[in-house]
Amino acid sequence: MSFKHEIFEKNSILLTVGILIVVSIGGLVEIAPLFYISSTIEKVEGMRPYTPLELTGRNVYIREGCYLCHSQMIRPLRDEAERYGHYSLAAESMYDHPFQWGSKRTGPDLARVGGKYSDAWHLAHMNRPQAVVPESVMPPYTFLNDNILDGRTIEADLRTNRIVGVPYSDAQIAAAKSDLFTQVDEFADDYDGFVGRYPGANVRDFDGDPKHVTEMDALIAYLQMLGTLVDFSTYEADAEENLR
Amino acid sequence: MADRGDAMRGLTMSDSTARKGIGLDVLTLGVFLSVMALVSLFLTAKTQDPLMAVHAVILLIAFVLGIIALAMRAAGGLHFDQSRYEEGIVKAGVVATVFWGVVGFLVGVVIASQLAFPNLLYFENIGWLNFGRLRPVHTSAVIFAFGGNALMMTSFYVVQRTNHARLAGGVWPWFVFWGYQLFIILAATGYVAGITQSKEYAEPEWYVDIWLTIVWVAYLLVFLGTLWKRKIKHIYVANWFYLSFIVTVAMLHIVNNLSIPIGLTEHKSYSLFAGVQDAMTQWWYAHNAVGFFLTSGFLGMMYYFVPKRAERPVYSYRLSIVHFWSLIFIYIWAGPHHLHYTALPMWAQTLGMTFSVILWMPSWGGMINGLMTLSGAWDKLRTDPVMRMLVVSVAFYGMSTFEGPVMSIRAVNSLSHYTDWTIGHVHSGALGWVAYVSFGALYCLVPWLWKRARLYSNDLVEWHFWISTIGIVFYITSMWVSGIMQGLMWRAYNSFGFLEYSFVETVEAMHPYYIIRAAGGLLFLLGSLIMAYNLWRTARGDVRKGEDVPDMVPFSTVIPAVQ
Repeated sequence: MSFKHEIFEKNSILLTVGILIVVSIGGLVEIAPLFYISSTIEKVEGMRPYTPLELTGRNVYIREGCYLCHSQMIRPLRDEAERYGHYSLAAESMYDHPFQWGSKRTGPDLARVGGKYSDAWHLAHMNRPQAVVPESVMPPYTFLNDNILDGRTIEADLRTNRIVGVPYSDAQIAAAKSDLFTQVDEFADDYDGFVGRYPGANVRDFDGDPKHVTEMDALIAYLQMLGTLVDFSTYEADAEENLR
Repeated sequence: MADRGDAMRGLTMSDSTARKGIGLDVLTLGVFLSVMALVSLFLTAKTQDPLMAVHAVILLIAFVLGIIALAMRAAGGLHFDQSRYEEGIVKAGVVATVFWGVVGFLVGVVIASQLAFPNLLYFENIGWLNFGRLRPVHTSAVIFAFGGNALMMTSFYVVQRTNHARLAGGVWPWFVFWGYQLFIILAATGYVAGITQSKEYAEPEWYVDIWLTIVWVAYLLVFLGTLWKRKIKHIYVANWFYLSFIVTVAMLHIVNNLSIPIGLTEHKSYSLFAGVQDAMTQWWYAHNAVGFFLTSGFLGMMYYFVPKRAERPVYSYRLSIVHFWSLIFIYIWAGPHHLHYTALPMWAQTLGMTFSVILWMPSWGGMINGLMTLSGAWDKLRTDPVMRMLVVSVAFYGMSTFEGPVMSIRAVNSLSHYTDWTIGHVHSGALGWVAYVSFGALYCLVPWLWKRARLYSNDLVEWHFWISTIGIVFYITSMWVSGIMQGLMWRAYNSFGFLEYSFVETVEAMHPYYIIRAAGGLLFLLGSLIMAYNLWRTARGDVRKGEDVPDMVPFSTVIPAVQ
């Protein structure tokens, strides 16, 4: 039996189907197993969905293209662990739709930037990066102070996240809009409710402007929680379920 | 090449097959555009999202203009002479390619300068021009607007000539052309305004993705439809590559952009996948945007224009079969090399690395087939600057497809990842290979399409070639130095066992290289402006003083017939 390449050259449909089959294989083998091999995502304690304010901040981060210069993925290399902290786990981005691992470090990695600097530092840095880091090539984000949040879509944001797999509860979705504003006010009526829904979340006025809840509040709230959720005191890298 | 000489035969063909009246193509397109206009009218009226409102108005204007243009052409009597090639759309594609190329290079120079001189180019109260918003404008403009138009335009030309058939679908190819320009405008305006889903090279939001899918399916059908009309038994190799580009990009685009919008009148959506699965899907997409958009499609271009310009047959028929199937099979696996040492499971990283190294071979198979096609015609490198541009593009292809596998090795990648080395690597492929082969095709096509005996000036092609080649060398060498230096500085330890450099010291060290890179980009932009001028004068029929010695056989002024 001899096979002749002619049959592809004389039949455009066969050629199209042949191409489709050949280009499907690699993706099927590499992507599909990630959804069912249980060791793909480590078992950790502490991961929770983003609060409405953090999610809003994350959307600002995406909108401004921060991921183009900042990664959120610390590699298990000695210098990176010393510079940035524990290497990133897959579990830490399990609620990230889409992921923000990045591909370039024009600026430093931000996977564990949460809690490293004060809110005031972040505010000064966002307003004019060169004011605190003279050699920085980062653009200013002063205009975020002027963008006041109204929470128009926040409930839909949470609801859509639940559709794609983030475990937001009915209570979290129902309180989405009030939670957005509660997180910047320690004296808010629903403080206890909020902390119950999002254990460990930072509650304070992030941008030093208590009169307005702005995109600057949201972005700083997001940056201040990055990499702080997983409890590494209970994480065993060598445990069998975490070996990949 | 089978179509040699068809230019002459065109003179004797009659117009008897010209179509009169409104055909099925006009009717279907008219209905489709009307429905889309109604949808955008609804969107304009209903949306509470200010960003979506802007796009809804753009969509509405575009569809209304489309309906008017279609009605005017239908009223004027559509004249599709099936005995002749459709060349108007290729001409439109030439203009669009040059225009978007210059725009894309210009934005590239701007963002390169922003990294070199941040204080000169940023404004505290305007976010629109920040690096994070302009960078996708640059990448999309050069990849999808410049590269995409070059691919569509040449594929429309090549598929007709190598199959001896007029483009299928009547007015639908024009829908593909204008629909694609609309996609570009929606994408670019969206990025500047802050509409992005943050997946690199797939930034447009869900509704723009749906629009591109519609345009792309129409493109596939026009291409296949033309193949079905062919009068040549065998489908020529350039068309296999174009077809694999169209089919695979459709698959990649649909899977990577799966997402759920927060509302049908809202621009924002959330990716269906999260974290590690989303990362794998994204880099499967992005690496194959390189593999199938920037490689496979442009190899189709190479397989037509290099043999045509050299007036030699393709070096090896067998090699083209082997390297076609192996290239498209292996490329798809290479994505995980973008995720070395990340939270992606090791088995996937290893698969990606292995296939990336293997990929070296089919890539060089293509390079060898392109270069060896010049056997017996190497003297043209000296006499024909357009031929030189095409050959150098294949040489750059060979260089960057060697560098790529090296960088995909995990140990090398631990140094190169996250640095400018990657940016330099991309640009040796994008400027050296993709842009040069497109420039070569443009220099071939403009005299062919506008029926001119020769280019306005070969000397200006020489200037373009050398200025942009020096620009590329500036670019890639400065990025090698800055990338490797930054990688080494990040991991440097002092004698006490502490990290030697703070992060910002590495940023400061980049400064001179960012200036050199911006200068390189500026030279490349300058070269493209010289080309635009040269092509414009060529289309007008001018010949530069002192160069008016015809060195080619004049082409017929009539659009040649389909044989």
